[in-house]
Amino acid sequence: MTYLADVGALARKDLLLELRSRDTLPAMLLFVVSTLVVFNFSLPADASPRAAYGLLWVAIVFTAILGLTRAFAAEREQRVLDGLVLAPCDRSAIWLGKGIAVLAFLALAEVVALPAFALFFQPVTWELVAGVALANVGLAAVGTLLAAMAAASRARELLLPLLFLPLVIPIVVGGVGASIADDPGRYLAFLVLYDVIFAILSWASFEYVVTE
Amino acid sequence: MSTWLRNNSAVTLAAVAAVLLLGGLVLAFTWVPNAPLEGFRQRIFYIHVPVALTAYACFGWAAWKALRLLWTRDQRYDLESYTAVHMGVIFGVLTLVTGSIWARTSWGVWWSWGERQLVLFLVLFLFYSAYFMLRYSVEPGPRRASMSAVYALFGVALIPVSFLAIRLAEGLIHPVVFDRDVGENLAGSQLLTFLVCLGGTIALAAALYVNELTGKRIDARLGELREALE
Repeated sequence: MTYLADVGALARKDLLLELRSRDTLPAMLLFVVSTLVVFNFSLPADASPRAAYGLLWVAIVFTAILGLTRAFAAEREQRVLDGLVLAPCDRSAIWLGKGIAVLAFLALAEVVALPAFALFFQPVTWELVAGVALANVGLAAVGTLLAAMAAASRARELLLPLLFLPLVIPIVVGGVGASIADDPGRYLAFLVLYDVIFAILSWASFEYVVTE
Repeated sequence: MSTWLRNNSAVTLAAVAAVLLLGGLVLAFTWVPNAPLEGFRQRIFYIHVPVALTAYACFGWAAWKALRLLWTRDQRYDLESYTAVHMGVIFGVLTLVTGSIWARTSWGVWWSWGERQLVLFLVLFLFYSAYFMLRYSVEPGPRRASMSAVYALFGVALIPVSFLAIRLAEGLIHPVVFDRDVGENLAGSQLLTFLVCLGGTIALAAALYVNELTGKRIDARLGELREALE
């Protein structure tokens, strides 16, 4: 129970911080809408309507990167991470709390992005929504771990997309499949598999990323 | 004898690799019959596939050493894991090059998104290139060691997941045009040649690994000594 309380406190800290400073979420919202507009101009007029779904997934992944580059900014600037590591809580709680906050930002960005997508491009189906929800878990799980790694490096924001993109290619495959395939079930199941594997791996290995 | 072997393991492995690879090439070019569909050019199979399997073995070895590092906190595994990734990337690039040549001779294109192994190796190449970026951008020390180890472990999880993803994506984006399941029904001569070549590439990777590891250890020791002098 204390573990869950720790996670709750850490997630609440991030959400409260965002509520007061409004650093990340407005940027993510503006970014995802701008990306969709750019995509409108990058598609040829006679492109298959299904191509738009692929571009939506690119927009989601890039928006996740944008949010993740800021995920550990406050911790790094104020040296909070050192304090958190010293706190008498399980280190994986830090990952879970941060992951929940990242997930919340991503979901809020998509609450704007999906209606915008429906307005500009194609209707949003239930399979697409399910795919986005499942993909969010994987993106937040892997992204939070890699963001902690990138935050400890000199290259910082530069490094995160390099670490992140090869790892989330399977998410894009599953997400695009869920949005356009005739049998979205397979792709949704694949997303679940990805989420389970990488969430467990990230949860178990986060401790090693933040400790000396 | 065993001490000599231990002290000269790189030389021994290199000699074994040279014998096996030369033997394998001779067998591949002279003994094995032409493949029914692809003819003579199919013989690149005896280089391409062993090199690919060796790359997997290197990545697997790197992950094993990474796991040992996280388990025991023994820092010497860091260098071993790093060197194994290094070798894996070299053999991965070789896989991409030989696969690309094979694609060119078979279908007249240098690149085909329909070829699972090639796409997988491209993803892995990008992934493990980022491993080097990570290492070069973090201060040396225990934290870098454990971060690299975690990343190397993610790599072996990514291999099967990506393979599955590429299979799924194939039916979705690119119709399966090419079907080349050469691995399934190998004749005896083909299997033997394949195994000789596989042994050769693995011995080569091991020789390079031992050599590189020795060099890196000497480098690290030299750095320590320099620091002690200053």
